[in-house]
Amino acid sequence: MEPLEIAERIRERFPEEVVAVSEFRGQVSVTIRKGRVVEICRWLHDEPELRFDFLKDLCGVDYLGRKPVRFEVVYTLYSMRHRHMIRLKAEVGEDDPSIDSVVPVWIGAGWHERECYDMYGIVFNGHPDLRRILMPEDWEGHPLRKDYPEKGPEREWQGFREVLDKAEKLKEFSWKE
Amino acid sequence: MTIDTATAMVEVEEGVKVVPGANTIIATMDKVINWARYSSLWPVTFGLACCAIEMMTTGSSHYDMDRLGMIFRGSPRQADLIIVAGTVSKKMAPVVRRIYDEMPEPRYVISMGSCACTGGIFRSYSTVQGCDSFLPVDVYIPGCPPRPEALMYGFVKLQEKIRKEHFRWSRWR
Amino acid sequence: MEGVDRPLETRELNVSMGPQHPSTHGVLRLVLELDGETVVKCTPYVGYLHRGVEKLAEGMTYLQALPLTDRLDYISSMSNNVGYCLAVERLFGIEAPDRAKFIRTMVCEMTRISSHIIWIATHALDLGAMTVFLYSFREREWLLDLFEKLCGARLTVSYPRIGGVRNDVSQEFLDSLYEFTEQFPEKIEEYETLIDQNRIWLGRTKGIGVISAEEAINWGLSGPVLRGSGVDYDVRKRFPYDAYDRVEFDVPIGKNGDVYDRYRCRMEELRQSNRIIRQCIERMPRGPVMAPDAAKFTLPPKERVLADMESLIHHFVLITKGPMAAPEGEMYVATEVPKGELGFYIVSDGTGKPYRMRVRAPSFVHASLLPRLCEGSLVADVVANIGTIDIVLGECDR
Repeated sequence: MEPLEIAERIRERFPEEVVAVSEFRGQVSVTIRKGRVVEICRWLHDEPELRFDFLKDLCGVDYLGRKPVRFEVVYTLYSMRHRHMIRLKAEVGEDDPSIDSVVPVWIGAGWHERECYDMYGIVFNGHPDLRRILMPEDWEGHPLRKDYPEKGPEREWQGFREVLDKAEKLKEFSWKE
Repeated sequence: MTIDTATAMVEVEEGVKVVPGANTIIATMDKVINWARYSSLWPVTFGLACCAIEMMTTGSSHYDMDRLGMIFRGSPRQADLIIVAGTVSKKMAPVVRRIYDEMPEPRYVISMGSCACTGGIFRSYSTVQGCDSFLPVDVYIPGCPPRPEALMYGFVKLQEKIRKEHFRWSRWR
Repeated sequence: MEGVDRPLETRELNVSMGPQHPSTHGVLRLVLELDGETVVKCTPYVGYLHRGVEKLAEGMTYLQALPLTDRLDYISSMSNNVGYCLAVERLFGIEAPDRAKFIRTMVCEMTRISSHIIWIATHALDLGAMTVFLYSFREREWLLDLFEKLCGARLTVSYPRIGGVRNDVSQEFLDSLYEFTEQFPEKIEEYETLIDQNRIWLGRTKGIGVISAEEAINWGLSGPVLRGSGVDYDVRKRFPYDAYDRVEFDVPIGKNGDVYDRYRCRMEELRQSNRIIRQCIERMPRGPVMAPDAAKFTLPPKERVLADMESLIHHFVLITKGPMAAPEGEMYVATEVPKGELGFYIVSDGTGKPYRMRVRAPSFVHASLLPRLCEGSLVADVVANIGTIDIVLGECDR
């Protein structure tokens, strides 16, 4: 099926949820509101003519200052049987950065959602095990946000400061010529 | 001219004398112990990122670290060299320091690759800018990744450094 | 005898297969809860090699972000580069010339052979067969020497560039590579003789780590891990890129979805890669290796830069500010790397730097599969499972 046709089907079935449909060099993105995202994903997974059974990617994007709604969670879906691809973008606002988890539909989304939470601070409701995955568990801040400094915060992470202190204390026992 | 081999001392190397007939070698303790140490440096298996692959290649048959006496030991308690090969992230730093602390004296540290020396191209929030901020490093090997020959040269430099050590074997340090 | 009448007390043991471990292929930490020898619960902890590649790429131009992609899956760095270059080229709307496409296909397949050699060497080493490591690294040295002859770097090359490749291949290189492809099939048979019919190998790999086809698709697996379960999904056939639609090759599919089937898939892929390289050498077209009509996006050749004012300006702007004529938009492009499907999702905002570069790493998805494979099996099977999913932590943690 052609990507634009799939986008039209989604718009027909969920008319109030679809905010925009855009196309760029053959790839189509459907921007939706975050309210019924699990229902939409389950319909996309089960509908016989669409059958999006393969979740290729799930990531977040931060549009600080460029779009009215700050975050977007991007789902890239593919169908093994029908061989078509679509991109779903769910808008997540800054004041309530949470969205329902799609782990019941595609179990492979588990770690992608954990990474999105770690990097952007978007909470996934109903996720079986939402905690930080790439950063240490007690890290403060969400690194991939646009207002997070690239070189890191001024105050060093607690765990690393401990290592430096320990190294300083044990220096007196090290071999000196 | 005849020499009495049972008592004549022959200087074979600077500071090393041999009495051939009596089967005796006379040398300073420094020389003997340093020679024993640098000829059998046992590294702990500690590869972090890309440089670990080059370290593995140096250990395989083409470049062969075994001819320098190096055998990879699994536990830090049985090793005397740690080759920090790859990027050290802040999450990994306590683990590296702990493995270094578990090694018994005398222990040496080689920092292999640009990321371990200075942080490399990853100047970001999660990378330690050089493992020498929390480890005393003996030899730095730059490169991204350094060639196996460069790693071997680093080992030779470490061997030269150990050769020049003085009185590191005594109980009273 | 006293003490015999006391009831035997057993407790569960928590073992941390820590970040430093000979068999974990990098800094992966597994916390296993053991009941005797059986694994009750397995929790993987990743992130020990997180270097902030995605954040760093937002501050660099498209050309500067290329060496960052090298170091993602550092074993197969040519494939990562090709994936990134393809995504950026499709975003800009330019295309590499034919000769560059064939060269990129050829080096991608060389990288596939190199990566599968490391996989079989470490997998067999973990399961006890040490000889395969020493034999297969001999071939890998040959390939790395060829890479060095081609572009100067052994491991982390930055040879494929946006719009083509960095420099042309010489006839000497093609001759040595052809000689490699003549001798490689018998080496593959050598490795197979060492382990394929071995009772210990069969006992440790058959029936271990089984996953069915629907479950595999639901988990989002790709590459030989998915094909071992019987699903015919190969990005090279479904979304052909570079010269893959102009060479003939088969895609091996497994049946049972266990460790042994994935091993056979990868060994067959070695033979198919050999076949593709031969065809690329035989059918290599003539022509330029960098897109000649994409002056605003690709670096002009050095001779023109030093002679022609327009090329000098293009070169200056591209190096300092990046391709200023980049369109606004987003693009997801997937390529088949040795580990699975590597996807690059790039959002561009019209400046010379990517607004968001997302790397969909196959190792990240496969590492999440470990609890599903290991729970209920023995401790020795954990090592076999880690080897079969073939993860590289540089890609998993980015």
